[in-house]
Amino acid sequence: MTDITEAIRVHAPAVSSRPSSGPWRRAWHILKRDRATLLAAAVFVLIILSTLAAPLYARYVSGTDPFRSNLSARIMVDGKRVKVMQASTEGLGLGVTPIGPTWGPQYLLGADTQGRDVAARLLYGGRNSLLIAASATVICLCLAALVGISAGFFGGWVDKILSRILDILWAFPVYLLAISLSIVLISQGIVIGPIEIGSDSLLLPIFIIGIIYVPYVARPLRGRVLSLKQSEFVLAARGLGIPAWRILLHDILPNVSTMLIVFVPLMMGLNIITESSLSFLSIGVQAPDASWGTIIQDGQTLLYTRPVVALAPGIAIVLTVLSLNVLGDSLRDALDPRTKLV
Amino acid sequence: MVQQDKPILLDVAGLSVSFASDRGLVQAVRDVSFRVHEGEILSIVGESGSGKSVTLLSLLGLHDRKATRVEGSVSFRGKPILDLPASQMRAIRGREIGLISQDPMTALTPVYTIGWQIAEQIRAHENISARAAHRRAIELLGEVGLSNPGEAVDRYPHQLSGGMRQRAVIAMALSCNPVLLVADEPTTALDVTVQAQVIDLLLRLRKDFGSAIILITHDMGVVAEVAEQVAVMYAGRIVERGRTEEIFSAPLHPYTWGLMASIPPLTGPRLTKLRSIPGMPPTPETVPDGCGFAPRCAFARPICAERPPLQKVGGQAALCVIDDAERPALRRAALPQEELA
Amino acid sequence: MFFAILQRLGQMLFVMFGISALVFLIFFATPGSDPAARLAGRNASQETVEAIRKEFGFDRPLPVQYVVMMKRLFVTQDLTSFVNRGYRIVPAVVAAAPVTISLVAGAAILWIVGGIFVGVIAALTRDTLIDRGLMALALIGVSMPVYWLGEVMNLISQSRFHDTWMFSWVPALGYKPLMEDPVGWFKTLVIPWFTLAALYIGIYGRVLRANLVEAYQEDFIRTARAKGLSPARVMVRHALRTSLIPFVTMFGLDFGVLVGGAALLTEVVFGLNGVGRLTYQALLNLDLPMILGTVMYASFFVVVANALVDVVYVLIDPRVRGN
Repeated sequence: MTDITEAIRVHAPAVSSRPSSGPWRRAWHILKRDRATLLAAAVFVLIILSTLAAPLYARYVSGTDPFRSNLSARIMVDGKRVKVMQASTEGLGLGVTPIGPTWGPQYLLGADTQGRDVAARLLYGGRNSLLIAASATVICLCLAALVGISAGFFGGWVDKILSRILDILWAFPVYLLAISLSIVLISQGIVIGPIEIGSDSLLLPIFIIGIIYVPYVARPLRGRVLSLKQSEFVLAARGLGIPAWRILLHDILPNVSTMLIVFVPLMMGLNIITESSLSFLSIGVQAPDASWGTIIQDGQTLLYTRPVVALAPGIAIVLTVLSLNVLGDSLRDALDPRTKLV
Repeated sequence: MVQQDKPILLDVAGLSVSFASDRGLVQAVRDVSFRVHEGEILSIVGESGSGKSVTLLSLLGLHDRKATRVEGSVSFRGKPILDLPASQMRAIRGREIGLISQDPMTALTPVYTIGWQIAEQIRAHENISARAAHRRAIELLGEVGLSNPGEAVDRYPHQLSGGMRQRAVIAMALSCNPVLLVADEPTTALDVTVQAQVIDLLLRLRKDFGSAIILITHDMGVVAEVAEQVAVMYAGRIVERGRTEEIFSAPLHPYTWGLMASIPPLTGPRLTKLRSIPGMPPTPETVPDGCGFAPRCAFARPICAERPPLQKVGGQAALCVIDDAERPALRRAALPQEELA
Repeated sequence: MFFAILQRLGQMLFVMFGISALVFLIFFATPGSDPAARLAGRNASQETVEAIRKEFGFDRPLPVQYVVMMKRLFVTQDLTSFVNRGYRIVPAVVAAAPVTISLVAGAAILWIVGGIFVGVIAALTRDTLIDRGLMALALIGVSMPVYWLGEVMNLISQSRFHDTWMFSWVPALGYKPLMEDPVGWFKTLVIPWFTLAALYIGIYGRVLRANLVEAYQEDFIRTARAKGLSPARVMVRHALRTSLIPFVTMFGLDFGVLVGGAALLTEVVFGLNGVGRLTYQALLNLDLPMILGTVMYASFFVVVANALVDVVYVLIDPRVRGN
């Protein structure tokens, strides 16, 4: 079998060592024809567009303020005026239960315990979830590229120190690091010299999620750079006396960049889940801001009476992360089949 | 040596292999026919990518059934084997036909001792105890010339040198006394000194075990040394076949001339430059419809765009338009030193 | 050999020290964070904060605080909680550990069996509908937040379908000790096991399939087939056996981290008072002694799991054994 595949491989265009449109264009051609990839991309774009349209939805469709308590509001459903917070008919009959899904423009998915429109909050929450995950991905990949490439390329004491630090972080359970950082920072905010970041700022979860996964990307990057450094074309370039920075720029970076690109959707999916988990534990996005995780937390007390509140954001997370993972898989197959995410 | 009198062991007729790629069905082997008699050594020669290995794997049923289409007929001991059910094919593989892989470094499962792996094969085909199989493994390792078989049997592949591993692979292929050994470039991955030892070993084993051997190689030196029959493959086709002496003394096909010219002569003045065939072998997708070698052939002519005729001289045959009248002069031009005489 | 073990122990201690020091620093040296103020509550007066600072020893130098705390944790074992002064750390962690171990061990068995099943079946039926279906399911498993899956499971088994034959056996949320009530222990844990395992079945199934597909390109698989072995034997003894080696590394790390407390989301959703939940509550209260206790416990498991992985490696991969 090997020989048959070899025969195919013989004429497959080799990934070139020099920057060129080769591997990128080839990947594009493969991706363009893959239906699962196209579907995933469409779903992802649709989710982004609808979260971007959140203010429009809140203003023109639902007409409610998704950030303020609305306990006494009344709305029109099927021509009747009903209370958003209805006298509870379940359980002991005490207290109030928020209105369930109306499947109309107002309170499409019902209300949460504060009487806020879940559908509108879902869109606003998605904005935060996606924004945090995307920014954290950028931070994570930049830091990881810096650490991984310098450790791999410069070797020596740089590598020793960085690898030691990565070792500790690697053994440090990610959840513990994330939660420790979140609790300390979100309870008090952070002051570094003149810069003061409030405890409810989105920058905190972005920063926290951005750094915790650095070792997970930096390690494979370092390994790739190390193996590239030993590869024939880099050895040849060094033999020719080409300066190190040129080798880094022309031979190492283009080869590592495909790997980094593949990490983008995969890390973003992971970050969405991480952000939602922190928010679920109430140490992520802070009220009155919403994210998918905080809405699931809001819905926890309503789980058996108004399950939609917790179900809807969860489905949004699954759809988004699933489409990102499909994109990541196809990108990897097309661009860089060697990349493995732990 | 009148091999023709011996019964035919393997008869391959009109074998074509094509596999699915992202650009459609690609033919890797085109209409290949050859025969192996009992106890005979047939050598299939050709550059990498010429379809030698694909031919062998598909007649052993080791190709990827989903992605590959095999046409033609293959008879083993008079029985067609291409369409045999998988279970019956398994009974033939390993028991009657042994395979020796190209690279001994990767041909053995790294996590088991070589004794375990040999015993596994024996026990897959014969109903004997684990201990008896182990003893047999030690014997076999002795047969293939490992100096301390009792110790080597409990070694893991990574603890052995390349030459020792290849001997272990050969011992495993021989473990059920197969009537046919298929050796896929058994010496390519080895050091030059070890290569000679392994070739000698194959020759000795043929004598002791009486197995026929199909030897795939791209090394004309090895062919001259061991083979009785030769088939030269180029771009998925057998372009010339015949007895070794015939092929070496009077090759018919220009591609064979090219191969001969690229062997450094052992005697006479040292050549300043070894001849090489210009150009690159085609990939399975780019093989022309006519003669596959025409684009690189110094004697190509317009008619080569059509399917070349089969020319026969005695037991020798070649796919080429060059006829008997014209051939000697062209051959002299291609092989000037005329070491063949 | 002796030197290697010694080196290994040294490495373990180094990592444990690194982790505890890091947590300590996060809580004490983060700019703008004052543990005394945090303990005193949001609107406490300056005097209260100062009193707390003195009482808990926050005015001493950081290294001293660290050493004192570690000494009371490991040597005298009388370290108590900041929040509830009579609450001892070590017994609290010891009491929570069986819950977490029960949860993680059961889930681990499920995910190993499930992961191998998914990976092997998908690799055997490569590029067919079965393969695609399994891989799609695995990808969904990987894409689901575990706490959300837990809530959905609760919704189904505790509320919506609780009165049907399928889920009427599911007891209320909580943990029953194995020794006192084995059946109850099993019943309360079944749903959490499946919830926690779903993600890992997805990950392991995908990784194993990729490894197996790669293994089938190897020469030694061709050799095994050429030997006339049955497809099942080629798969199990040759392809799976060699593919399981990277599997072991993954499993060691995941298992260590989960037993160390990473299962906290599952524990929170299912009301299991395990180490993860203990850690989480300690973190919320900024109960530093408790946090350090659980963190040391967690890092211990991570480090031990790493060491165990190395041992298992030597057992299953002859190539790493010394010649």
